[in-house]
Formats: sequence, C-alpha cells, structure tokens
Amino acid sequence: MSGALRSFLAPFLGRPIAFLGLIVLVGLATAAIFAPMLAPYDPSRLEPVARLIPPSAAHWFGTDQFGRDTFSRVIYGSRLALLIGVGVVSFALVTGVPAGVLSALFPRFGRVVMRMIDVLMSFPALLLALGLIVIIGQGVTNAILAIGVVYLTTTSRITYGLTLRLRTETYVEAANSMGAGAVWTIRKHILPNLISPLLVQASFVFAFAQLSAASLDFLGLGAPPEIPSWGNMLAESRIFITRAPWLLFFPGLSIAITAFSLNLVGDVLRDRLDPRFREMLNGNRR
Amino acid sequence: MWSYALHRTAAAAATLAAASVIIFFFIHFIPGDPLYVLLGDSATPDQVDALRSKFGLDQPIVVQYLRWLANVARGDFGTSIFFQVPVLRVIRDGAETSILLASITMIWITLIGVPIGVIAAMRHGSWLDQGLSGVAMLLASVPTFWVGLYLILVFAAWLGWLPSSGYPSIFEQGGLANLRYLLLPSLTLAAPNAALILRLTRASMLDVAREDYVRTARAKGIRPARVVFRHILRNALLAVVSAFGFTFAALISEAVVTETVFALPGIGQLVVQSILRRDYPVIQGIILVTVVLYLSVNLLVDLSYRFLDPRVELR
Repeated sequence: MSGALRSFLAPFLGRPIAFLGLIVLVGLATAAIFAPMLAPYDPSRLEPVARLIPPSAAHWFGTDQFGRDTFSRVIYGSRLALLIGVGVVSFALVTGVPAGVLSALFPRFGRVVMRMIDVLMSFPALLLALGLIVIIGQGVTNAILAIGVVYLTTTSRITYGLTLRLRTETYVEAANSMGAGAVWTIRKHILPNLISPLLVQASFVFAFAQLSAASLDFLGLGAPPEIPSWGNMLAESRIFITRAPWLLFFPGLSIAITAFSLNLVGDVLRDRLDPRFREMLNGNRR
Repeated sequence: MWSYALHRTAAAAATLAAASVIIFFFIHFIPGDPLYVLLGDSATPDQVDALRSKFGLDQPIVVQYLRWLANVARGDFGTSIFFQVPVLRVIRDGAETSILLASITMIWITLIGVPIGVIAAMRHGSWLDQGLSGVAMLLASVPTFWVGLYLILVFAAWLGWLPSSGYPSIFEQGGLANLRYLLLPSLTLAAPNAALILRLTRASMLDVAREDYVRTARAKGIRPARVVFRHILRNALLAVVSAFGFTFAALISEAVVTETVFALPGIGQLVVQSILRRDYPVIQGIILVTVVLYLSVNLLVDLSYRFLDPRVELR
C-alpha cells in the first residue's frame, strides 16, 4: 500500500508547485469534512449590525451584506465544491467509460453511440448545461447531472480512443487468439490500463466542473441561494463590490485555487503517462 | 481533396440533422403542454388554436417535426412570449453585440496567445517558460466573471477610464467610439482562451522543433530566427488553427456569463434572461442558431486545415 502511495507521490516530489496543488486538494477535503469544527461562525447566521466589515481578527475574510462571516461561508462552500466535483466526475466516468469501451470493442454499436456523442458535442458546453437545466429544473443534483452530461461526451471519446489503441496491443491480441472473451479482455487488459489516463481526465473534469458550477450559480441557475456555495457568494455580493472590494475576493480565489490545483495535478499525472496516450487527453471543453 | 470536403460536409449535415431533432424535442421535454410552453400561460384560446394548426399538433410527431423544420428553413423560429415579436428578430437584435464581442476577443486571443506561446517555446525549460506556462494555467483556472467584476472595479469604478456596463450600438450616437464598451468584456473573455492558445502554440512549436526538416535546416546553417519563423512557426500554427473551432464554442459558452457581468445586450445575456422569463421559443432559437454556427465554424476549420496541410489523412 505504501509502495503504491509512494509511486503516486513520486512525480510530485520533484515539482514543488505541483506538490502544493496536491496539498490544496487535501486541504479542500479536510475543510469540507470538518467544516463545522473549522468555521468560527454559523455560515447562515445574520448579524445586521456587523454588515460589510473588512477583514479583521474577528472576521478573517470580513462579513457580507447580511453580516454573515465570509470565512465560515468559504469553509462551508468547500462542501458543495467537493460534492459537485465528485458528482460530476463519477457521472462522467460511470456513463462515459462503458460507452467508450463498448463502442471500441463492438464497432457496430460504437458507430451509433459515437455519432450520438458527436451530436451532443455540437452544443457548446454551457448552453447544453443550461438547456438541460431548463428541462430538469434547478438544484444541486440537477446541476451535477447537467454538467455531468457535458463531460460524459469528452470522457467517452477519450475512453473510446484509448480502448481502440489498447485493442491492437500484442497482449490483447494474444489473449483473444487464445480464446479470451470480451468480459475477460475488458477486465484483465482494458480497464487496468485505462486507470492512469482516466485519473488524468478525472482531475481535469473536476477542475472544469468547478468553473461550470460557479457559472451556473452566478447566473442564478445552480445551487439554491440558501446553500453557501462560492458561486452563490459571488452572485449575491456582486453589487457590493465597490463598497466592499474584499467581499468577492475570497470566494473567487477559492474557486480559482481549487481549479488551478486540479489542473496542476492533472498536468503532472499526464506527463507521467505513456506518451502514446498523452496527446489524447487535451480535448476538454469549456 | 474534393471527396474529403464532401465527406466532411455530409458528416456535419448529418450531425446538424440529429441536433435539430433534439432541439425540436426540447419544447416537448419541458414539463407542461407544448402549446402553453410555446405561448406562455397567458395565451388566449385563439392563439392556441392558431398554433395547433400551424404545427399540426394533432398530427404524428414526425409530421410536426417536418413542419417545424420547414418553418425554421423559412426563417420562422416562432414568436417570443416576452417580446411578442418573431424570435429571429429578438436574436438579430443581440447579434451585433455578440459578433463584435467575439471578433475583438479573437483578436486579443491571437495577439496575446500566439506570440507569448512562441516566446515560451523558444526559451523552453527556462524560468521565463515555466513562469509563462504557470500564468497561463492560472488564467485558465480563474472564473471569468470574477476577473470581469474586478476589472470593472479597477478600470470603471476606481480609475473611471472605461464604462462599467452596457453597449450602445456603433450605428447610434458615439459611432465606433462605442467599441470602448467592449474593451473590458473582450479582455475578460480573452483571458482563459488566450491562455489555452498560448499553451497549445508552445506545445505545438516544441513538437515541430523535433522534426527532421528542422534539424536539416539548422544543419544547412540557416539563421536561427529564420528557422523559428519559416520552418517551425508556420507548421506549428496548423495545430493552432484547428483549435479555433473549439475556441469559438468556448466563446459562445463564456459570453453567456461575460455578457451578464457587463450587462451587454447580446445573445448570451438573452439566453439567461429568456430562461428566467420562461421564454422557451427564444431559448430554442438561440440553441439552434449557435449549433448551426458552431458546426459551420468547425467545418470551415477542418476544410482549411486540410487545405493548409495536404499531409492530413483522409478519414
């Protein structure tokens, strides 16, 4: 176990900034899990006398237009960030990987499925998500679904490309010639080799999901206002930017640092990949 | 060449046909009677009857789709519930802002992304290269609306150099000077996309630099600057050209947010407002127009790519 962990960490040790990215992600998870213990105040407690206070010892990131403590809200916001990221990545993998693998192994099925993916990709990313929100309605789960559909397209395409390559590997052909069935090939040869490239894809999707969810929240079409999400904080406080310039700084920075760290981690993991797979992992949509 | 062009065009047309089916059904997926989805809840019985016969809603769904398609082909996208005017006119009113915003943004992306990408590649591995690549990744990770809000704060509220929101047409009072309204929005929109083009230019330059003909050119004693611009850059730009297709899609997506931040009367803001107003015919029309545009741009990019680089295999 420690061997696997060490080999995962190895590429990060030589690159201090990338290692920092990894630490940020651990911090994000810690903040999300221990939010009630870390946050000094109740994130939704209104305190009208303490409105728009600049950062101070009592309120590290200041307070918003309702007197709510921004630091506590940023801490609680990490919960939704993590939920959105994990949700979108899971959805994209659970739908995209089977679609990609089966399409590559069964060309007839694949022609149909990959054409459907092409059609979905002809809708610009945010418009596709917005169109889905119009149909299924607002909310956290629906935001995850809508953004998940956007990234299921790239994930299935990448899986499809990777599986097509893997299928022609000598060991897969050898297994097939010895009578291995599709299930055996997928379990023993395809899936294990997909793990590393898909880990790279997962970190990029996680990063883009943060930005997409923040956009939906900002437009008022994402998480409901009572949930302290970083995007909602920006949307609700934007008109106070001239009176309280610090107000938008910390939630925006949290989104940026989270997405940046995930991109860094994805980049480092990609550099470690088999060069033949590396170039396939560039095409994510925004 | 021609068979390739034909093949690509047919594939794009097939994708468009399939997408049009989804866009048609969009109205039917929305909970509620499609007639009231299209007309709004305040529709009069007369309006409902007129629309029913126009789409033949008592007919099989295939006939309904074909009627809708025929209407769209004639430029009849339906009527906006909110404005009570044809959808196409509502979209056309937002087109000037959106087209100008996208064009100016593309200029920034090219002017910033390509030269800095070349510099990073020429100084490959140096501190400058690592710094520039790091900044590029940071810009691609920052929410555009956040950048836009702080640009407004600094350049509009504090310095007072530029207007903070809105955009009066260049055909109205003020003329071309009205373009200053688009300066901050276009820079906001350009930032993440210029960063992606920068990374792509750099990577592509480094790829081409490994080619045999580059080594040959150097061995012949051609001046290094000439090798960079004639041999490497010209070929490296092919990959950059092919990226313009998805950059365009990213612009459409991100313009929705940017236009909202800067209160620009473009198609992006129209989408958001139409969603909030439940003006479904307008949403449907905008999705259709953008998909047609996006597929056309990608087709053009594909064809020009093939034209620029005859080595590209026919697929």
